[in-house]
Amino acid sequence: MIFSFDLLFEAVLFGVLLGCFYAAVSIGLSVSFGLLDVPHVAHPAIMILGSYCTYIVSGWGLDPILSGVVLMPAFFVLGVLIYRFYYETFERRGTEAAVRGLAFFFGLAFIIEVGLILAFGVDQRTVQAPYIGSSLALGDYRIPYRMLVAFGVALVLTAALTVYLSKTFTGRAIKAVAQDEPALRLMGANPVRIKQWAFGIATGVSALAGAMLIIVGPVEPAMDRVYIGRTFCVVVLAGLGSMTGTLAAGLILGIAESIVLMMLGASWAPAVAFGLLLIVLGIRPQGLFGR
Amino acid sequence: MKFWIGAGVVVAAAIGLALSPVNEYFFYASYVVLTAVVLATAWNILGGYAGYVNFGPPAFFGVGAYAAVVIFRWLALPLGAQIAVAALMGGLLGFGVGLLTLRLRGIFFAIATVAVIFIMETLMINWRYVGGATGLQLLRPEVMAPFASYTRMLFVVMAVMAVAAVSIARYVQDSWIGRGLRAVRDNEEAAEASGVPTLKLKLFACTISGGLMGAAGAPMPMYLSFIEPASTFNLSYTIAALGSAIIGGMSHWAGPIIGALLLGSLQQIVTVTISSEVNVLIVGVLLVLFVVAAPEGILGLFRRFRGRK
Repeated sequence: MIFSFDLLFEAVLFGVLLGCFYAAVSIGLSVSFGLLDVPHVAHPAIMILGSYCTYIVSGWGLDPILSGVVLMPAFFVLGVLIYRFYYETFERRGTEAAVRGLAFFFGLAFIIEVGLILAFGVDQRTVQAPYIGSSLALGDYRIPYRMLVAFGVALVLTAALTVYLSKTFTGRAIKAVAQDEPALRLMGANPVRIKQWAFGIATGVSALAGAMLIIVGPVEPAMDRVYIGRTFCVVVLAGLGSMTGTLAAGLILGIAESIVLMMLGASWAPAVAFGLLLIVLGIRPQGLFGR
Repeated sequence: MKFWIGAGVVVAAAIGLALSPVNEYFFYASYVVLTAVVLATAWNILGGYAGYVNFGPPAFFGVGAYAAVVIFRWLALPLGAQIAVAALMGGLLGFGVGLLTLRLRGIFFAIATVAVIFIMETLMINWRYVGGATGLQLLRPEVMAPFASYTRMLFVVMAVMAVAAVSIARYVQDSWIGRGLRAVRDNEEAAEASGVPTLKLKLFACTISGGLMGAAGAPMPMYLSFIEPASTFNLSYTIAALGSAIIGGMSHWAGPIIGALLLGSLQQIVTVTISSEVNVLIVGVLLVLFVVAAPEGILGLFRRFRGRK
């Protein structure tokens, strides 16, 4: 393998695009796990569910991104229902809820995964769109349009969510519930309703993230497993619940993965996210932008 | 005393069965069920008693299996030595992961164990000596007398390991270690404040649990005459271990046995009669159902039923 700055530059460039994409697929988890403290290991599975729904909706002739947007309300409702159920059965009962909540979400992930296998088989699925398959030539570099589209959507999504959380009334309420729930309760607000709303948003965003996932590459039901590592790596590295941190952490992961991909090959790439996650947990569990 | 008589009877029955002319398939299927018993029992030592969810049984199991393969290829040592090394490696891995993350909240430990699965899998995929991604065919050694086939012998080995694992779990549960772990589960701050060495206990439980899972993986390559990363580090082992413990009941050593025997047998039947996807689906649905509706597992249901009478 010959090292060259050209290749490195290409890897970093691709890493930035990939990183924004990773930030976008993690931002839902950044809300549900980072802010709400829900051990949502089924987040990637719900995202894959979003990918398959996008596959169906875009099969009717709709653009994949638009399909993702159209699916968001349905996923919002799904998220509200999941949180409501989680709250009633686990969170309300206190201490032992931790183990059982984790087991619940793990089981949920498995049910979604196997359900998708039973419905669609284990084959990979892709969507059709004008920007999939072609690439932009920039001098010597070729950037696939699908990565650029995902990059753009990721930036818009992250920016929108950041603004929503810091500028709107409900957004601030969500942040408040993350910081001090008893205080919020004392002020007469209902933390459960706020959390339910926030979890709905996190799940709704997952639909769009799923659409991006199937735009960036083929999707198969078992893909949620490797995305457990990527999404949790980004959220933990970011410092739980920090939106700008999520973007930064996504970029770090994207660039690291892209460089490893170039230097060592594809067989090492899945370990990057998990390795980085372990390192962060060992050295700085509060993350880069931790509270 | 009653326990040890029971343990002796189980081992004697396993040997008796292995020497009898029962159909070979019985041993082939029972081996898998017994593996689930060991995994669930091992999982429960940390997950059930201390309340730390380990998603990584495949990592420990796989490390044990690969350790056995390395020992077999490199030094050609017999199965007993393979199991010992596998247990050691599993225990070391448990200790390492515990040291890194048991200080943090349970969710971080859980996620870290998922990470360990994928890191181990990636390492093995890239290690040519053990076959890399394509895997490695293994030639079984001569079967030891008095057993008629290698699978029968492995069945007895696994039965002995299951009894050993349950004995260890029972010892941990009844000793001060178990009381400490339960204190950790119920309220970790309070336990720490009243002088329970919480971190040490958690590390101990994680090491023992990992060692047992590693040991359970050791005979696997010989059982299949083959080893390959994707199926060795499969999350289905997680669902088997965690599902069995939760469905059986996590508070007592008998829970994981009941869960693993029921779930394992059910899985064997469904895999043969319907399909292996449906089998995973059933386990997933049962897991969620129990976690939601019967958090104390079958043991809890049984106790409630008896209490009402």
